[in-house]
Amino acid sequence: MSRRNALWFWIFVGPFALGLALFTYVPLLWSVALSFFDAHNTVTPTHFVGLDNYTAMLKDDAFVDSLKTFLVFTAFIVPATYVFSLSLALMVNRLGRARAFFRSVFFLPAACSYVVAALVWKMSLFNGVRFGLANTVLGWFGGDPVAWLSTTDPPWYWLVIVTVRLWLQTGFYMILFLAGLQRIDPVLYEAAAVDGARPGWTVLRHITLPQLRATSVAVVLLLVINAFQAFDEFYNLLSDARGYPPYARPPLVYLYYTALGQGQNLGLGSAGAVILALVIAVVTVGQARWLRLGRTDADG
Amino acid sequence: MTNISRRTLLAAGAGAGLLTACGSNTGRGGDGTGPGPKLSQWYHQYGEAGTERAVQRYAAAYRKAHVSVQWRPGNYDQQTAAALLTDAGPDVFEVNGPTLDQIRAGQVVDLTDLLQGVKDDFNPAVLTPKTYDGKIWAIPQTVDMQLLYYRKSLLADAGVRPPTTLDALVDAAGKLTTSKVKGLFLGNDGGAGVLGGTPLYAAGLQLVTEDGRVGFDDPAAARTLGKLHRLYADKSLLLGAPADWSDPSAFLQGLTAMQWSGLWALPQVQKELGDDFGVLPFPPDGPHGRPSVPVGAYGAAVSARSGHREAAREYVKWLWVERTDYQQDFALSYGFHIPARISLAHRAARLRSGAAAEAVRLTTEHGQAQPLLWTPASQSAYQDALSRIIKSGASPDSELRDVVRKVSAELDRVKKKP
Repeated sequence: MSRRNALWFWIFVGPFALGLALFTYVPLLWSVALSFFDAHNTVTPTHFVGLDNYTAMLKDDAFVDSLKTFLVFTAFIVPATYVFSLSLALMVNRLGRARAFFRSVFFLPAACSYVVAALVWKMSLFNGVRFGLANTVLGWFGGDPVAWLSTTDPPWYWLVIVTVRLWLQTGFYMILFLAGLQRIDPVLYEAAAVDGARPGWTVLRHITLPQLRATSVAVVLLLVINAFQAFDEFYNLLSDARGYPPYARPPLVYLYYTALGQGQNLGLGSAGAVILALVIAVVTVGQARWLRLGRTDADG
Repeated sequence: MTNISRRTLLAAGAGAGLLTACGSNTGRGGDGTGPGPKLSQWYHQYGEAGTERAVQRYAAAYRKAHVSVQWRPGNYDQQTAAALLTDAGPDVFEVNGPTLDQIRAGQVVDLTDLLQGVKDDFNPAVLTPKTYDGKIWAIPQTVDMQLLYYRKSLLADAGVRPPTTLDALVDAAGKLTTSKVKGLFLGNDGGAGVLGGTPLYAAGLQLVTEDGRVGFDDPAAARTLGKLHRLYADKSLLLGAPADWSDPSAFLQGLTAMQWSGLWALPQVQKELGDDFGVLPFPPDGPHGRPSVPVGAYGAAVSARSGHREAAREYVKWLWVERTDYQQDFALSYGFHIPARISLAHRAARLRSGAAAEAVRLTTEHGQAQPLLWTPASQSAYQDALSRIIKSGASPDSELRDVVRKVSAELDRVKKKP
């Protein structure tokens, strides 16, 4: 019987485990190995260089800058998405009628691809000429056209980058919050009302938010990890045939140019990837500890 | 002669969309099947109509092997770089290089002997960057160059003469800028990407010297690059246009009075503007300055991982050395490129008059190709610095000091034998 079970276990899990090993673990270990070699234009290098790639990467201003870019981006996008999606969820949750309609409408952008959205933002909403949507609106108020993605002072490109991601992901997190909200026992609100808590901020602060703890922790964790993986919208908004500007360049974009562009310095790129993976691991574990991941809502 | 008229007919038919079926058939099986091995040949996607069908036609005409053409849109350089690491890559491919590291890693095959006897017929400006250690690693297909287009009528209205110095260009761009039209378009990034080393050559400097050292460790470099910041600070530059510098749309739509673009845009500009435009090189700057235009060439290379290296070399020799009729057709019948063969460039009627003739003259007299020793790592360090100088007003002196340090280290690395 147990042999039969083992057989079924491997039939169901085997293909997945094989794929995981082949397409995730092998490349991952290979990349770690590459990071200790001088691997220009080859994945089977022979020239061992020890930690040289790591010291070169950590001394590289552009890589350190890219980590700072990531921090700035996270500082914008995580609180902004949190506030927007929670507000949307609270509003949609209060709706008596047409709730399903608004839920779908707000969720719809999540189905759009990052690449497509980035191109729409770049070419029609925020292009730099006078007939772009943003510049047309500015024009009504007598403003001069702004080259949104090319202006570094003030850094308008952040407006474009942050809004495209907000539009894309707010709806998804709204759904998570809605699910959380619907699990809150209405008795709590009734009790609060009896005790004289005024609806609005007091109830939100003392009942809704504590009850949403587990959801909030999951949302923040997902948001931070997603921010770390930022590539698509940055690349499609800011890159051109000749490369990428030296600002708003997150780590993955920088490593892409180092390792996979014509640079083909796979050793250096791998070292950067390992450093990045370590940073993500440390941040995620630290965050999980700090936010006490795994506690239930009831634990508060 | 019958050969040519048949080709013209085919091209005309293809343009009218009449021979769609025929065109796609000849690329693969059918009568194109040669007796020899199967070769795969990669091209990047050319924007001009008819090019794809033309290269399939050349491949189908080859008898000693069955050549299948892959037409690859997207980031071609990245695609080939990745494909060359595997056995699944192309046998023959065009490459905007090969890069020094591709040659040093042994990813491409030595093609020196294919050019025996005709080497001097290839434009040296584009053959030199394909040469390393005295060997030739790719056969230049066509010469591409970039230049400054200006709208004669707009300059006349503003009382501006075509600029012949960098200072005059900065002034002209300022005077041509109105609330509706910008003075100059150097790409949506403000010029850092497309200009590259061109301003340095215009200041009488170079990227890498003949003996392999940094060629712009000179105060003149900072002076010249600093002037590019004035263009940006004066708000004379068009930024954020829907189509980037390589496309003449911004110029044709009247968004800008002057635009830096490629020679490939010339037919379209000519068609839409007639005589109302002129072309210029990047203007000189400083006492040792000289006009400058960047030239480059896609080359045909053979992958070292190919299972049929000899057959692939033979095919490259047939197409890019022997079949001068195809080479001329490829350069001039679809887009607009200068043939890499000097003899063909002299014979081409389309290159003998007007702006095209001027472009050929600029290429011959002032063409500067990116040296092979200028690696992607050097390029990205320099381009980052140039972007900061132009857009953020960073100090050119300190930015260039950093670049010189990084480029020197990179040059030291590649001078060591692999």
